[in-house]
Amino acid sequence: MAKHHITTNINGDEVDFSCYAGQTLLEVLRTELGMTGTKNGCGSGDCGACTVIVNGRPVNACLVLGVELEGADVETIEGMAEGTTLHPLQQKFLDHAALQCGICTPGILNMAKALLEKNPNPTETEVRYGLAGNLCRCTGYDKIVRAVMDAAAEMRADG
Amino acid sequence: MADLKYESPHTAEACVALLAAEGKMAKVFAGGTDLLVQMHEEMIEPTLLVDIKNIAETREINISSDGVRIGAAVTGAELGEHAELKALWPGVVEAVELIGSYQVQGRATIGGNLCNASPAADSVPALIAAAATVCIAGPNGIREVAVEDFTTGPGKTCLAPGEFVTSLAFPPQPERYGDAYLRFIPRTEMDIAVVGAGAGISLNVDGTCATARLALGAVSPTAKLIENAADILVGKRLDDDVLAALSKAANDTCAPIDDKRGTIEFRTKVAGVLACRAVKIAWQRAENK
Amino acid sequence: MANDNSTTNYQWVGKRTRRPDGVDKVTGRARYGDDMMVPGMLYAKILRSPHAHAKILSIDTSKASAMKGVKAVLTSAQIPDHPLSEPPYAPIINDMHDISRNVMARDKVFYDGHAVAAVAATSERIAREAIKLIDVEYEILPHVLDPREAAGPDAPVLHDDQFTYSADGLSEKPSNLFRSITGHRGDLEKGFADADVIIEREFTSEPVHQGYIEPLACIATASEDNCVELWTTTQGHFVIRALCAKLLNMDLAKIRVTASEIGGGFGGKNTVYGEPVAIRLSQMTGRPVRMVMTRTEVFRASGPTVGSRTIIKMGAKKDGTITAADAETWYQAGAFKGAPVGRAVETYFSSYTIKNARACVHDVCVNRPKVAAYRAPGAPMAAYAAEGVINELAVKLGMDPVDLRMKNAVREGDESLMGSKYGQIGLVDVLEKVKSHAHYAAPLGKNQGRGFALGYWMHGGGLSSVSAHLLDDGTVTVATGNPDIGGSRSSMRVMAAEELGIDIELIKPIVADTGSMGYSHLTAGSRTTFATGLAVINAVREIIEKLRTLAAKKWEIPVEDVSWEAGLAVPSTSHNGLQALSLKALAGMATKMGGAIAGHSEINAGGVGAAFSAQLVDVEIDPETGFVTPLRYTVVQDVGRAISPDYVEGQLQGGAVQGIGWALNEAYIYDDQARLQNTGFLDYRMPVASDVPMIDTVLVEVPNPNHPYGVRGVGEPCLVSAPAAVANAVENAIGKTMSSLPMSPPIVLKGIEQVQASQVGSD
Repeated sequence: MAKHHITTNINGDEVDFSCYAGQTLLEVLRTELGMTGTKNGCGSGDCGACTVIVNGRPVNACLVLGVELEGADVETIEGMAEGTTLHPLQQKFLDHAALQCGICTPGILNMAKALLEKNPNPTETEVRYGLAGNLCRCTGYDKIVRAVMDAAAEMRADG
Repeated sequence: MADLKYESPHTAEACVALLAAEGKMAKVFAGGTDLLVQMHEEMIEPTLLVDIKNIAETREINISSDGVRIGAAVTGAELGEHAELKALWPGVVEAVELIGSYQVQGRATIGGNLCNASPAADSVPALIAAAATVCIAGPNGIREVAVEDFTTGPGKTCLAPGEFVTSLAFPPQPERYGDAYLRFIPRTEMDIAVVGAGAGISLNVDGTCATARLALGAVSPTAKLIENAADILVGKRLDDDVLAALSKAANDTCAPIDDKRGTIEFRTKVAGVLACRAVKIAWQRAENK
Repeated sequence: MANDNSTTNYQWVGKRTRRPDGVDKVTGRARYGDDMMVPGMLYAKILRSPHAHAKILSIDTSKASAMKGVKAVLTSAQIPDHPLSEPPYAPIINDMHDISRNVMARDKVFYDGHAVAAVAATSERIAREAIKLIDVEYEILPHVLDPREAAGPDAPVLHDDQFTYSADGLSEKPSNLFRSITGHRGDLEKGFADADVIIEREFTSEPVHQGYIEPLACIATASEDNCVELWTTTQGHFVIRALCAKLLNMDLAKIRVTASEIGGGFGGKNTVYGEPVAIRLSQMTGRPVRMVMTRTEVFRASGPTVGSRTIIKMGAKKDGTITAADAETWYQAGAFKGAPVGRAVETYFSSYTIKNARACVHDVCVNRPKVAAYRAPGAPMAAYAAEGVINELAVKLGMDPVDLRMKNAVREGDESLMGSKYGQIGLVDVLEKVKSHAHYAAPLGKNQGRGFALGYWMHGGGLSSVSAHLLDDGTVTVATGNPDIGGSRSSMRVMAAEELGIDIELIKPIVADTGSMGYSHLTAGSRTTFATGLAVINAVREIIEKLRTLAAKKWEIPVEDVSWEAGLAVPSTSHNGLQALSLKALAGMATKMGGAIAGHSEINAGGVGAAFSAQLVDVEIDPETGFVTPLRYTVVQDVGRAISPDYVEGQLQGGAVQGIGWALNEAYIYDDQARLQNTGFLDYRMPVASDVPMIDTVLVEVPNPNHPYGVRGVGEPCLVSAPAAVANAVENAIGKTMSSLPMSPPIVLKGIEQVQASQVGSD
């Protein structure tokens, strides 16, 4: 079976790749493109470790097919910082110790970023429900929620 | 799996032709939040995926005096962002919005949830309560089917070879109408419904019930209308006796199973609880209209 | 050097400092087990048994071998066997006979998911298809899951070469019961006779998984000279090296293991699963072999913790003195012996000075995966039972639950059930802090309940090696052999900086591979900050000694006249005119004046300490559905000294939330053929962010006298009391004792209905 040739935009760069019809975006990122920042925790949309942003929407990369991405805009963790300047969320996660093993962190950062783009002033409950699709087993979520709220406040202050 | 083909037609006719030609090894692909999981777990091995997301009519939301039409490939997130639709059919929207996480919401579609035909599908009880109809395109043309007749068993629908769902239609609402959907899950998110209850209520000017449709999900092979809900509610107010009768009617409608998500006993009890709670919310929304 | 724990005037210890590896983790740069790629690597997949208990009659791999792209097919024939009589391999204390069979089934399969064969192919796709072509003929045997039943005379027996081992010798017939450990003191009969109130209960807990988000993954590269490079996600790469070497009859020095970053372990990654198979496949093919478990495989085949059945009886006097306690518990070891029975006995009743006590815990084989450690292995289930009864005693005695603990609390000089004597411990401090906490006095609303429980854990010491190097420019590298799960690199850096008196930014901690470092035991047992920290301190102190010597040489004065203060070599006041020399200045001189300066330490840390974790939790229940909402949660724990408070808090919060999951919704669900039904995160229900509140933590610091900074292990005690505390809160909300975990909504609803029924009956 022939592969599909797809041209897409990843973190602002035009990228092209070949994939089989059945290959997910997660496989394409990790295996075809070597972008291992997006993690595989379950492959079935239950853990959120593979959360990326496609055309402005947070999605599980394991539930998107590579072939759908012609002309799409994809944002992964590798593009979250601007050069060597960390995104406020990344900074706050470090400041608040909002990660331990770090495996869920890329997915959570992407989800939080998408959340704050839609709702720049979320309540604690909104943050918790917003992150309900991202499992974390190490932190108990406490410091993650604090980091997101703090980043939101800083991002609002910066306008 | 290396033999899997992918097509993305731009018209319903083209889609029908592709499906009819490939036969039963073809699968319609919208959000993929069920389809891709089933493929990942090797429960199904299709040979062709037909992506319907480029067929315009499956992506549109139309609101007019004739009612509402929602394209089959409209996502839960999009439904939630449509203020007018949310105001008109809050129960339908909240049902679809309950499916999975925000990440799943960005992909899962109202048509996909229906067509996957899980007995626990969140959209279906709300769709039944809303008296929605399913618009189907196929080799023999277009047909419409009532939602409650669409799913025929766990994972089964009345779709014939070559057919696919293009949209769902909602009738014009009577005055003072409210709908609601509730489900029970053991966590706050991320679970399949153990019980789901959809309610659609309209009120008379005097505040008594004019019309009532109640449906239960996850407690039978397909979501079911509580047949005598109208008998219990129409002409009445929502007092304790009515609620008790409703709860019992819900219990009696159930034909649940014991599985890893719930027991027969638990599902039956909670069906009664949720039916009452859903009716109360729908009633309140109707009163506020 | 005696430990002076009186000072709290530290420059770095106890401060909230940035962890050194954090940037890589928030940018996606950090490389976990599956993030490595080796050119030419093959992809391995394992064929797993669909039966819980069966004889393997035949395996036909011919079709798989013939498939294009398949480079090797493996069964147990390619894995060396180890006789039962071989003594367990220390220091890991694992039975290689069992490990060999768990890694690849021999004549029998013992659980749904047990590895039966493996394939290495040029793509994952081909490997997945190839294993489907392997034909296995099974003779299905009856299975058993309940440990009490399995220990009985009529149960199907898993191993016909396993006999019950006791002081009287071996049992006559093969048995699933491998052994029982008993701790006993005093006179139980007298103790119960003295009691005014006696409570007898039975408890059940279902098995739960550690729930790490990163599946097991490794890449093995074997070379023609019998060497192997192994990359794997693990809590202990030295243990992995040892197990692989021993299992495959290879030299230790010829296997070099690099630990990737680890995406969660909690004890579950303390042992081998795919590594020996990947190594063998690599040896068979001459190519690197990647083996990654899917999420389904993690649940079906990796080691969870034990499920338990307990019969427990406790008695107390009216004044709250607990006079007797007796517990008998059956643990599900899974397919092979090794349930944490000794640890369970050690922790049973260990917070209390009960004169007459006994705990007997049975290690029983059943048809599920071989258990692995899970955060204080053996203790949470014991605490669930003991604390459950003590909470009921408090109610029956009309006594405040914390006061009841205080009345019986162990202090310095008391002993655990296994006879470990407590040194300086912080239990009383912890209890006092609970009582005075705002949470304790906060009012409760309708359908709300409050739970309290106490947990004890002794953290480990053991083998750790560290190598520290002072570089020309005054910066320092500190290499340890412990994978960093929760931020240990941060604590190592802090301790090194504190000793040296320099900025933490000048210190770079790394985790070295097995070829570059002396043996280091697992990052587990809450031992790392304690034991590896001790080794870091020793290694850095050696550097300081050498710096003093260097300064003395430079100044031509006796080394006794040189002290090290705040990053400076300081000459004694008797030497006028000499200026103190900074670490940086001395570092610059070192290579010209004798050689590079380094320090190393290889220790077997003793000074095992005890830590107590008290947990207070409020829940609200929906009386019509049994849904439980945790509202408020406070953990009060003696942490000795919090080297990195942010990360200590994080441990307590993580343990609490694991406890919430354990108490409310987590369980392995089997069908009547003992096949696992919930093999993913959808139906293995771990807490999500919206399920839990903020977790408040109170870090009580009663320094451990056996550590220079007073460190006690913190990672495990925080789970010990968590399920018990949540269970107690639910009981309190319902108004009825409950006796099984998880307390899922149907169970809670049943309890509520029973209370309602009994209230109606009493009208």
